Amino acid sequence: MERVAIIGVSMTRFGQRDAWVRELLAEAGAAALTDAGIDGDDLDHLYVSNMASGEFEGQTGVPNALAHDLDAMPAYTARIDQTSSSGGAGVYAAWQSVASGASDLTLLVGGEKMTHRTTSEATDVIASLTHPVEYKHGVTLPSFAGLTARRYLDEYDAPRESLGKVAVKNHANGVDNPHAQFQKEVDLDTVLNSPVVADPLRLYDFCPITDGSAALVFCPESVAADYVPDDEYAVISGIGGATDTHVVHERVDPTTMGGVVDSAEIAYEMAGIGPDDIDVAELHDMFTILEFLQSEDLGFFEKGEGWKAVEAGVTDRDGDLPINTSGGLKSKGHPLGASGVAQVYEIFKQVTGDAGPRQVEAETGLACNVGGFGNCVTTAILEGSK
Amino acid sequence: MSEPESDTTERNDEQTFEAAEYAGGVVSYPPHPIGPGGTERVGTVDLREHEARVITWTTSTATPPGVREPNTLAIVEFAMGDDYDGPPVRALGQIAEQEDGSADQFDVAIGDRVEPVYADELREPGIGIREPASQSWDGFRFRPVDE
Repeated sequence: MERVAIIGVSMTRFGQRDAWVRELLAEAGAAALTDAGIDGDDLDHLYVSNMASGEFEGQTGVPNALAHDLDAMPAYTARIDQTSSSGGAGVYAAWQSVASGASDLTLLVGGEKMTHRTTSEATDVIASLTHPVEYKHGVTLPSFAGLTARRYLDEYDAPRESLGKVAVKNHANGVDNPHAQFQKEVDLDTVLNSPVVADPLRLYDFCPITDGSAALVFCPESVAADYVPDDEYAVISGIGGATDTHVVHERVDPTTMGGVVDSAEIAYEMAGIGPDDIDVAELHDMFTILEFLQSEDLGFFEKGEGWKAVEAGVTDRDGDLPINTSGGLKSKGHPLGASGVAQVYEIFKQVTGDAGPRQVEAETGLACNVGGFGNCVTTAILEGSK
Repeated sequence: MSEPESDTTERNDEQTFEAAEYAGGVVSYPPHPIGPGGTERVGTVDLREHEARVITWTTSTATPPGVREPNTLAIVEFAMGDDYDGPPVRALGQIAEQEDGSADQFDVAIGDRVEPVYADELREPGIGIREPASQSWDGFRFRPVDE
């Protein structure tokens, strides 16, 4: 199987944007082509990660629209929808297209336009992924987070403040990310006194609703240096995808995300490494509680100990295992289809030494993108080419 | 679009809280076409007949269109008996409203015993994104049981 390199990356500013989904996708896609030094008509495959452009703005057929806007015909195109993990699933599809030999150059663009909808409407579009027996009770993804957070705090005797410290950390990281929706710090008192959204979680435990797009260009590692200098690309050394139950209450352990455990196991095995070898990670902190669950289910910390690592500063930018140096979804924003792509963008920047003021010492990084409430997961491991 | 009925919570002995039993004895709620390990469905279990306790709960203050606000939700686990050795049988559901006319929802805590109470409309169909005819909208809320 051919090893796969990433040779071009881009992302738009995340936040409330005037642009609609087609324009957002084209902005990131064109910039990634420029970054890789290629043209649209060089592409064999073009994938678009997007959850709900039809539901949000009535625009379907986005891969074809993007191919035309980037002059990428006659590239094969497809839309990858895996709810909030559409971006990670797109990374998997793009990797697969090159690793299998079906494509020598693949562009992946993830994007979503959401902020023109009210919070209530956007929440319902996202909640539509739930099973009918859950949906009819008015469940939302934030309410799943509240249910899980209460269980976690109770089971592991974790203080409520530890969740707030995830938000404080990730907002501090976002200050140095020019693409982030929020580039300002918050203090713990602000987090703990913000309005209750899903008890015990409050407003600052949640990511915002966001517009934005991010893009990556993939090719075989064997030809990566033909496109970019040999120290400016990254290799996907491991990648795994997995699913957990659709019905969230059917999980044996409500504080374990089985899809994270299973996808990580596949990715670690492919890369020939373990969790101790990861230097930096981007986790899917759509809600603060998810950073605890994923950091444990990826094997970084023992079960029930993730909160202690945050308290001890282990996951700070200058800690032993920096998590969410980009600011995470919490600060950077969460345009559904773009998020998994933007996570890999950050890890690419870190392992190629191009993260600017966010730079940490990193040869190997991991991105974990979660759809639904852990329903679908992709875990990718990148190594810098240096 | 149907109009919401006032005070939809009431006892209804004709409604069953249907879970599926599969070959090998595993029970799931909701029922699935294929059971764990590829097993076939062999029967139905009415979860009203099993004691339920809260394993976690939340009160959501930002609810989608057509959903009461606030909306207290709980995941409850049913006691399936000493002979049952399958995975836990649980359900997610709304907490019922008190019957004193206040419309306040009951307070619950982890470990509380609760019982199912039928409601013919849990949220208003046709207001949210989901097609009203695509699913049922009735079901069971939970209310605390004095111990």
